[in-house]
Amino acid sequence: MYVLTQNFALYWKGFVGTVELTVYASVLALVLGFVMASFRVAPVGSFRVFGTVWVTVLRNTPLTLLFFAVLLGLPRFGLVLPFQVFAVLALGCYTSAFICEALRSGINTVPKGQGEASRSLGMSFTQTLRSVILPQAFRSVIPPIGSTLIALAKNSAIAGAFSVTELLGTYKTLSELGYNIIWTFVWIAVGYLIITLSISALFNVLEKRWGIAR
Amino acid sequence: MTAHALHGDTESTALYDLPGPRARRRHFLYGIASTAVILALLAWILYLLFDTDQFTAAKWNPFTYKGIQELLLKGLGNTLKAFLYASVFSLVLGAVLATGRLSVHRPVHWAATLCVEFFRAMPVLVMIFFIFVALKVQPLPALVAGLTLYNGSVLAEVFRTGINSVDRGQREVAYALGMRKTQVMTFVLAPQAVRAMLPAIISQLVVALKDTSLGYLITYEEFLHAGKLIASNLDYDLPFIPVVMIISPIYIGMCMLLSWFAGWVARFERRSPKTEAVAVVEPDPGTVLPGDPR
Repeated sequence: MYVLTQNFALYWKGFVGTVELTVYASVLALVLGFVMASFRVAPVGSFRVFGTVWVTVLRNTPLTLLFFAVLLGLPRFGLVLPFQVFAVLALGCYTSAFICEALRSGINTVPKGQGEASRSLGMSFTQTLRSVILPQAFRSVIPPIGSTLIALAKNSAIAGAFSVTELLGTYKTLSELGYNIIWTFVWIAVGYLIITLSISALFNVLEKRWGIAR
Repeated sequence: MTAHALHGDTESTALYDLPGPRARRRHFLYGIASTAVILALLAWILYLLFDTDQFTAAKWNPFTYKGIQELLLKGLGNTLKAFLYASVFSLVLGAVLATGRLSVHRPVHWAATLCVEFFRAMPVLVMIFFIFVALKVQPLPALVAGLTLYNGSVLAEVFRTGINSVDRGQREVAYALGMRKTQVMTFVLAPQAVRAMLPAIISQLVVALKDTSLGYLITYEEFLHAGKLIASNLDYDLPFIPVVMIISPIYIGMCMLLSWFAGWVARFERRSPKTEAVAVVEPDPGTVLPGDPR
């Protein structure tokens, strides 16, 4: 029980680490997912192929393998970055595949007539996508994106096992210090619950504000 | 030949018209330019690989040794073993929890709901580490238990929505014929629900297969672990990249095969008149927490 109060600094560091990892990776995943979704619906064949390959490969890659390849493999190319950057890269790319699929299904929910209408107004592909389709697609995919980002927050635990400062990683220090391991894990669990519940609450607010009922 | 066939576009989207001759020329140019960029990127990666001596004989030789091949095969076997155990147990746990959630007895319903929501909200790795470190369980049972708790809870939701997706009339008729609650479930609802749920169940099994690689983090001797052993061996000149190049396609291939199977089953079911119009959504990758309107 006292493990939290006596080691608050350590827990706090881990908690902040997880939050940072989640935020940075979310931004990367949203940007990349957006790019890949536009690739997948583009009229140019090679873009579509690239987007499809990206999504198919990443969706079927075990995240541990991706972490293994990125955190331990990239340095062999002479690319030496802090482990946290590598972790953000791995998590962001992995999650971008799921964001892309969510966005793409969102694009499919926009009625065809809207695209036709914007084209008849003389809008180009990019204009149609940017000002008509995507804003609506975004609003209809708020819930699936929310659950994808919750999954990202949970997946960030893997980074801890690859020695990135992160909530789960705190157990190692605390068990070496001889604290009761069960209580150590209880507080780790509470930390993750706080993060996932916050994301869930945030997306509930977003959905109430922007969501569309069809 | 229509422009549609030319572009291999199956679903027509709201985004663009069938391109005319000028647009087609433009798309063709874009296509060539982007292909060139992608090829340049691949060439650069290849150059990096050669530049850092990843293709030297010393790094690839180990894979011709029998011992190394056996080590990898044993790892793959252990991965599949963990996957098999985890899928069977999670299907059972999912069925139990779904029954609990569908139960009319309040305490049973609440207990099952609590279990499902908690285990879905926790990172799988935290559960696996908890079982491995705090409960001092061996790696394989710890991995299987963690995967079972998580995937079982997700599957419980799949089962529940599957059962609820069966037309109300079916249930009413069955009750009207004088069947008991259990009979209605086992003879009427479950058989129909299973067909609709099958794609979603297989997709969840892909998640379980991917997550078996978490065993690597608790020193379970699975495929990735075998790879790590070879990669960190000084005698073989630390063949890290070659190991990644060999194990990733196998991992990804296995998962893709299973994903493809899920897709095939879904298409097969969609064509079948018996399951018309009943589709169970894929399980969420995350969690839907209590008080969530979704």
